[in-house]
Amino acid sequence: MDQDKRDLLKGLILFIPAGGVIGALAKAVAAPAAAAGKEASARPETPGYDPTNHYYGMGIEVGKCIGCNRCVEACKQENDVPREPFFFRTWVERYVIKKDRSVVVETVGLKKEKRKEVVDQEDTLRSFFIPKLCNHCANPPCVQVCPVDATWSTEDGAVLVDKNRCIGCRYCIQACPYGARYLHPETRTADKCTFCYHRVVKGLLPACVEVCPTQARIFGDLKSQASRLVRFERMNKIHVLKPDLNTQPKVYYSGLDGEVR
Amino acid sequence: MNEGLRERLGEMLEQVSGFIYPNEIEIHWSILIVVYPYLTGLVAGAFILASLVKVFNAEDVRPTYRLSLLTALAFLLIAPLPLQFHLAQPLRAYEIFLTPNLTSDMAMFGFVYAWYLMGVLLLELWFEYRRDLVVWARQEAFPMSFIHRALSLFSTDTSEPALAFDRKAIKVITVIGIPSAFLLHGYVGFIFGSVKANPWWGSVLMPIVFLMSAIVSGIALVMFLYMILTPLRGEPIDMRCLDKLASYLFYAVIVDFSLEALDFIHRLYQSEESIHILGTLIANKLFMSLFVIQILLGMLLPVAIMVAVKSFSLSAELRKLLYFTAIILIQLGIFATRWNVVIGGQLFSKSFRGLTTYKMEVVGIEGLITALVLLALPFVVLLILLKVLPPWRKAEA
Repeated sequence: MDQDKRDLLKGLILFIPAGGVIGALAKAVAAPAAAAGKEASARPETPGYDPTNHYYGMGIEVGKCIGCNRCVEACKQENDVPREPFFFRTWVERYVIKKDRSVVVETVGLKKEKRKEVVDQEDTLRSFFIPKLCNHCANPPCVQVCPVDATWSTEDGAVLVDKNRCIGCRYCIQACPYGARYLHPETRTADKCTFCYHRVVKGLLPACVEVCPTQARIFGDLKSQASRLVRFERMNKIHVLKPDLNTQPKVYYSGLDGEVR
Repeated sequence: MNEGLRERLGEMLEQVSGFIYPNEIEIHWSILIVVYPYLTGLVAGAFILASLVKVFNAEDVRPTYRLSLLTALAFLLIAPLPLQFHLAQPLRAYEIFLTPNLTSDMAMFGFVYAWYLMGVLLLELWFEYRRDLVVWARQEAFPMSFIHRALSLFSTDTSEPALAFDRKAIKVITVIGIPSAFLLHGYVGFIFGSVKANPWWGSVLMPIVFLMSAIVSGIALVMFLYMILTPLRGEPIDMRCLDKLASYLFYAVIVDFSLEALDFIHRLYQSEESIHILGTLIANKLFMSLFVIQILLGMLLPVAIMVAVKSFSLSAELRKLLYFTAIILIQLGIFATRWNVVIGGQLFSKSFRGLTTYKMEVVGIEGLITALVLLALPFVVLLILLKVLPPWRKAEA
């Protein structure tokens, strides 16, 4: 082997690990910056708020939901969700199980003309409404797959998206088993329910919970024995959506029908 | 909100059958994400074909060795473009390289791609062409002499020990290259196979199926290029080489078909919750692209053709014609395979209660024209590579 080639190979041997080192350095430099950015959005400057003291979840009392859709309206208004019927942070599904055991499901308010249809009572075995939202899973597949760490779990149990970081690859949307995410047409980034994090850190309730006329939605802190959510958990037999996927949802349903997915 | 999007989603709302989650109306991974695995599959397949020559000493297909490597490079250079164009925030793409999320399989893209391009393909090409580049540069006039000298990284040594080192290096790189090619395309399969939310994708066989179909499409592509380029240069097609390629292709298609059949039968037999909606999906939405194009035209017919060629002693001209027909059909079939995975996986609701429709844009950034341009671009790159690094021109010392 001549000197040229030996030098080249030496160079290569040095160059390849050097690339790794530079990458690691870039990560080390960028990571605190990113973490700082996240902290800024995850912990708005709310005096006296310590996320380590909380762990949020939501309860849904299925029997109480009347399908009025106020939660959806309130959410759209509170969180700048586009008005078009293709983007939802929360929505309500109406289930009608007929006497022949066939199931008809629709999203409340999606097709205006359909809302006027009165379900044929003769034909109906049972019927109910199911409010849906991001389950803020404890083992969230969306967080796992995000290639740039733009979505993450906060210490107090919310799954959030950093719209300044999201690259819009939409892998999280594919990975969510609940259809809870969409691509916001204005920001061109992934968007979803935040449990109204900006309100919660100020001690307020999420908008959907605030407006619900029947108190079908119960928001609370799983770390506080005095919270309404813990009481809800104590008083009801509860279930979560798609438990077999091991996403460990933190939206708990009481009176959930086996037909709901 | 963008008027076009509103209109498109409104139209799609009318096409929904059954119930879908309201956010599912927008199909997020468009035709560009169909093009991406198709292109990387061709890369991996072409490289594996090249490896057969070096690692397994498949002398019969040696005439396609350099062509395979250049084809792999041309397609690899274009492969990230559909991803880039698909991003809703394309200017932030660099974040995937600078601050990857280590639990994300997609974040591995940068590493896998960079490794394959620089650690395998460029290195092997350099060692393979180094001697020729040195010799060409000496014989040519400016600017080609300079280009070739620069591509050789200004090396000058053509002594026998140096060439022996080149050969050894190529062998080592190829041995590393085969698992790397597997990694490149297996990784793409994993992106889909690991999505537990989606029963059409979530299968442990997905990376392997992707890999086998990659080998099929790669061999078919190199055969296609060989059959087009050789007559254009006024050379005769080496029938021994072509027969051997067809033979490899035949076995690859058989393995690919068996794997896909296994996947299909396994799902059917397990008969999980999702089986009803998947049954409706393939009967209603994918009938044409799955049964007719992918299986009938893309697999069974080419296999029948190749069985016919093997069974009867046909003339060289007729064999060429039949092979050519078979490889075109195979390419069509593999593209349909990618389509059925990527688009098919988004046409049913994760509530397993309904189906939606994919309405492809024509002129938009994620439209048909972009896809066609991206499919044509690798051939343009290949044309340039063939000019700069002619695979058939062995330099006289």
